[in-house]
Amino acid sequence: MASLVIAEHDNASIKGATLNTVTAAVACGGDVHVLVAGHNAGAAAQAAAQIAGVSKVIHADAEGLAHGLAENVATQVLAIAGNYTHILFPATAAGKNVAPRVAAKLDVAQLSDVTLVISADTFERPIYAGNAIATVQSKDAVKVLTVRTTGFDAAAATGGSANIETAAATADSGKSTFKGSEIAKNDRPELTAAKVIVSGGRALGSAEKFAEVITPLADKLGAAMGASRAAVDAGYAPNDWQVGQTGKIVAPQLYVACGISGAIQHLAGMKDSKVIVAINKDPEAPIFSVADYGLEADLFAAVPELVNAL
Amino acid sequence: MKILVPVKRVVDYNVKVRVKSDGTGVDIANVKMSMNPFDEIAVEEAVRLKEKGIATEVIAVSCGVTQCQETLRTAMAIGADRGILVETPADLDLQPLAVAKLLKALVDKEQPGLIILGKQAIDDDCNQTGQMLAALADLPQATFASKVEVVDGKAQVTREIDGGLEVLSLSMPAVITTDLRLNEPRYVTLPNIMKAKKKQLDNFKPEDLGVDVSPRITTLKVSEPPKRSAGIKVPDVATLVDKLKNTAKVI
Repeated sequence: MASLVIAEHDNASIKGATLNTVTAAVACGGDVHVLVAGHNAGAAAQAAAQIAGVSKVIHADAEGLAHGLAENVATQVLAIAGNYTHILFPATAAGKNVAPRVAAKLDVAQLSDVTLVISADTFERPIYAGNAIATVQSKDAVKVLTVRTTGFDAAAATGGSANIETAAATADSGKSTFKGSEIAKNDRPELTAAKVIVSGGRALGSAEKFAEVITPLADKLGAAMGASRAAVDAGYAPNDWQVGQTGKIVAPQLYVACGISGAIQHLAGMKDSKVIVAINKDPEAPIFSVADYGLEADLFAAVPELVNAL
Repeated sequence: MKILVPVKRVVDYNVKVRVKSDGTGVDIANVKMSMNPFDEIAVEEAVRLKEKGIATEVIAVSCGVTQCQETLRTAMAIGADRGILVETPADLDLQPLAVAKLLKALVDKEQPGLIILGKQAIDDDCNQTGQMLAALADLPQATFASKVEVVDGKAQVTREIDGGLEVLSLSMPAVITTDLRLNEPRYVTLPNIMKAKKKQLDNFKPEDLGVDVSPRITTLKVSEPPKRSAGIKVPDVATLVDKLKNTAKVI
């Protein structure tokens, strides 16, 4: 029995979500191997070999794997899938893209956003925007999972000494090509890995106000910035800042929600935060029902005051 | 070119669901049902491609109980030309792999140029069916689409990824799943609802398509998520800072 973790990486380094996925793989029992599929990804494979708990790194390198195209990555995973009882992906945009493709080709069900490994075949996962938790059992020979990173601690990024084995790269499908990307420049901690998140909602009123009010508080706290769907749709914040059922799922130490009413779709993305602070002038806002500390005030006055007080 | 759009009937997104006390599932008796919001976006996108002259026909498909007909009528009121219902028993737990297999059979039959699905259903939150269909039909995929163009016989799709956007070019036929920002679905008008009633709706059973739809995953239990303990309201910023520093010790 062995588990295969599909690493998320940028060819130079391993992304944090991979570390949480390794922890989930360890919980499944057996050896943990990591697949690093990419182009010129030697550095990422080296980094994967350092992760505590990993016994082998499989490195597949080819131009067709450069951008993580689902068709090519899935083929690469399938080429080595026969050796594993569990295949785990982080439940990130990249992992969600590829995992079901692998599962369908293996003719097995896939389990999405697993938050707890109960045994090798039994898992917990949230349904209905986190309003219910399902305990599910898979009888398939191979379990293909995506792992909700906030449900598992990160494995130590150092201390391991796995062997790196090179796997033959599979051929490019030729059916899809990467044309380009626009990655938002961000000097802040990554949203899903941040210890503190300051989030803004529709009440900010404009992109200028969003930046003017939220940024100083985030700076002061060394926090990542997040947003509600309403704020993103209104163009106040970029869409990869969205926290919620359809955006990022976060669980920081401190989550500060400014001018966010707290629709269930938003709560689904942040209600596992350790401490939630809500600043809202509407005393009836549902966000107050999950907030540890609620401040009923106009955020345009309260947030700058908070910045000064810190 | 035909476009196939799978749509799912789900508990309306405004409904706060309750877990049944015996832990067997979520109570959906007498709860308002609607089309999955991501699927509405998929239908809208298909209809827009038809309005631009890129598509010739939009076919809506739903798999599930008899009442999924209502969901298909909604899709037809938005602008789908006809509907296909793959009817399954009410007591069957229909899972993404089974739906993907049913859709694969319909793709073989109808030969669409594009299949546009929602990225996930808001009940099971799986985010699997589109990718699984693409795998089974051996087609390229572009998930989480925020922009779709058809250029020189290829689908050029902008995708929402962690950290930003990326653009892919896919040979067609292709599978696309929609993200929230792809478009804003139109409201259905009464005349269009009336017209939709006259549109063709075909009915199949999984056996007709030669697909085994038995569930692969057993749900052992459904429970309430852990409740957060009630918080407190603080009167002013100074108290808030004090609580965060000295009580919660998070700053």
